[in-house]
Amino acid sequence: MNNTNTYNYTVVRQFALMTVVWGIVGMLVGVLIAAQLRWPGLNFDIPWLSYGRLRPLHTNAVIFAFGGSALFAASYYVVQRTCHVRLFAGRLAAFTFWGWQAVIVLAAVTLPLGITSGKEYAELEWPIDILITVVWVSYAIVFFGTIAKRKTPHIYVANWFFGAYILTIALLHLINSAEVPVTFWKSYSAYAGVQDAMVQWWYGHNAVGFFLTAGFLGMMYYFIPKQAERPVYSYRLSVVHFWALIFTYMWAGPHHLHYTALPDWAQSIGMVFSLILLAPSWGGMINGMMTLSGAWHKLRDDPILKFLIVSLSFYGMSTFEGPMMSIKTVNALSHYTDWTIGHVHSGALGWVGLVTMGSIYYLIPRLWGRKEMYSVPLINMHFWMATIGIVLYIAAMWIAGVMQGLMWRAVSADGTLTYTFVEGVKATSPFYTIRLLGGLLYLSGMFVMAYNVWRTVAGQQAVDAPIPAVAAAHA
Amino acid sequence: MSDFTSGFWNIYIGIITIVSIIACAVLLKALSTRKVSGAQVETTGHAWDEDLVELNNPLPRWWIWLFYITIVFGLVYLALYPGLGSFSGSYGWTSKKQYEEEVAKAEALSAPIYDKYAKTDLKQLASDPEAMAIGQKLFLNNCAQCHSSDARGGKGYPNLTDNDWIYGGAPETIEETIANGRKGMMPAWGALLGDDGVKDMAHYVMSLNGGTYDSLRAARGKDKFMTTCIACHGPEGKGNQAIGAEDLTKPNLLHGADEPSLIETISKGRTSVMPPQKEALGEARVHILAAYVWGLSNSPAATAPPAKTGGQ
Repeated sequence: MNNTNTYNYTVVRQFALMTVVWGIVGMLVGVLIAAQLRWPGLNFDIPWLSYGRLRPLHTNAVIFAFGGSALFAASYYVVQRTCHVRLFAGRLAAFTFWGWQAVIVLAAVTLPLGITSGKEYAELEWPIDILITVVWVSYAIVFFGTIAKRKTPHIYVANWFFGAYILTIALLHLINSAEVPVTFWKSYSAYAGVQDAMVQWWYGHNAVGFFLTAGFLGMMYYFIPKQAERPVYSYRLSVVHFWALIFTYMWAGPHHLHYTALPDWAQSIGMVFSLILLAPSWGGMINGMMTLSGAWHKLRDDPILKFLIVSLSFYGMSTFEGPMMSIKTVNALSHYTDWTIGHVHSGALGWVGLVTMGSIYYLIPRLWGRKEMYSVPLINMHFWMATIGIVLYIAAMWIAGVMQGLMWRAVSADGTLTYTFVEGVKATSPFYTIRLLGGLLYLSGMFVMAYNVWRTVAGQQAVDAPIPAVAAAHA
Repeated sequence: MSDFTSGFWNIYIGIITIVSIIACAVLLKALSTRKVSGAQVETTGHAWDEDLVELNNPLPRWWIWLFYITIVFGLVYLALYPGLGSFSGSYGWTSKKQYEEEVAKAEALSAPIYDKYAKTDLKQLASDPEAMAIGQKLFLNNCAQCHSSDARGGKGYPNLTDNDWIYGGAPETIEETIANGRKGMMPAWGALLGDDGVKDMAHYVMSLNGGTYDSLRAARGKDKFMTTCIACHGPEGKGNQAIGAEDLTKPNLLHGADEPSLIETISKGRTSVMPPQKEALGEARVHILAAYVWGLSNSPAATAPPAKTGGQ
């Protein structure tokens, strides 16, 4: 087996393909529950298809199955190529692939059955939590093992972000999922009351911060300069925004609990750090965008670059919107409305989705020894379907959310609420239709991607690129 | 009142928060060198994966200022509002106080309106369109969850529009029901009567309220009715409003008048709860609601609101 001279692309190929598969599955469930909100009869009175069970399936599938597979693929690819060594512990890396897929399949079975710990974005029950821990520790060993045996003197910036994401997710998962098993499929949180809520949102917000932000910034820091063939704009900026980002994110969780039983002082600190988080978040956007300076013309005819750069625009938008929504006065209007759903999706569809698609389009031909994807026009078509889908989705949710917030708080002179809850639901329903259309368009784009990937890969020989003999020649 | 088990945590939170915010400023200051003017911006000299290199541009000025502004805002905010442990901030704001002030303001605005109606006789109130408009809104926000937005109720939840009352339909009785709530208790008879006995009883009840029934079973049921059910529901099954025993001779029973529903009711019993509203809504609002609910079956001014759900 003469594989010491090549990069380990096997596990990257596996994760890259599953990114597309789980993307379709997760988004399909999303489209179904979006339709259920418009036409509740679409649960067909079948418990497994009820909204309450499918919603966590949707979030788990898109975040941890689609997003997770993309992060595994990208981090394994990037860490090898920027360390100039083959992946550390190849068998362990293979285990992380099969282990992670097992977690996803178990989630897809248990959640519709109603087996849940009830913690948002951490619904999986304790036996699966243990499997997640084992897979994640293996992931950390593979990743940091590769860093340790690198042939380059310095650690590339993308790997700082991947490293921070891997370490922090381990910490978040272990602390938030601390639970007391009652039966094989039922456990209760180790925390109670408002402490439980605080731990949950410390976890919840940092899952956004480290899984969906730091991890994907790692992706951005490799694939944008590579695709644009331009140097990263500012090393200095990457240092400041990296440390400021990972430090301040840790404090921002309490903004999910404004005007609740959480003490006022904790709410204030959460709000203050959420605002301070604005500049560090934007640092990544600036660095990515400015990397294109002198090469803006490439945006015109390179759809992969369009995916990557537009993803940064959505990243900038949602990381501006987030701090604004964390201000107590704004939150009093936005909390519990569809504005939050719109905010999340401008990050999820716009930032995470688009940067993933761009990166996968970059990776697929290289992993199968081709110069480019089967069809570049189809990438372009996918880009427009996804972008229009996102705009429909988030515009509908903004309008619906602000309207709900205003209707819920409207009070008549006699002190009664002007609108009943159901009037708000009725007023929202046209926007649910528009949101569904946006989601359908975005999902259809994924089918276009799947077809393009299939035609690129089918009949092709998998190729592992050779590791350059003399590493870091001009360090 | 304190959130902390000891004074230590108070200081711990205060110090660690301030130090953390200042640390952001220090990090920013340390790396915001101004240089690199005119000359070509250089790379860091490191290269990865063939062609990956980094320039070392200075931080954008506007970005540095944005960062500083949020830091200053944070420090000012924490001086004005609660945040640093138990330091309450110089504004003395609390979310509880904000809530109480908003409620007091709304109460002050609406109090004269309710005062106007507090002494009005319930029947008279029910013919006052303005009061009934308030009553409808109160109903939709507080009662419709169980009694449905058209006030026609559902299985287990009384229809309030049909002039058929479990505890009595006099306006004062309705006010009493809303203010203090009701607890209806139908005991379980399954163990005493046995499956067959329960079924006989169900058929007897169906014979009382005009359902189709098996006369043999109804006759057997009647004998037992006269010994077990009579105490509450009376010899003719007409019930007793004083104790909330339902009139069994009417076609629509609270928990259903069909055979399976009756069998379930008789064998397992039923507990029906109307929660008291006096604490939550206050007497003035209960007064208007009582007039509104009475009016639903007695006054044209109090209208059930089926069309309202579509409105804006």
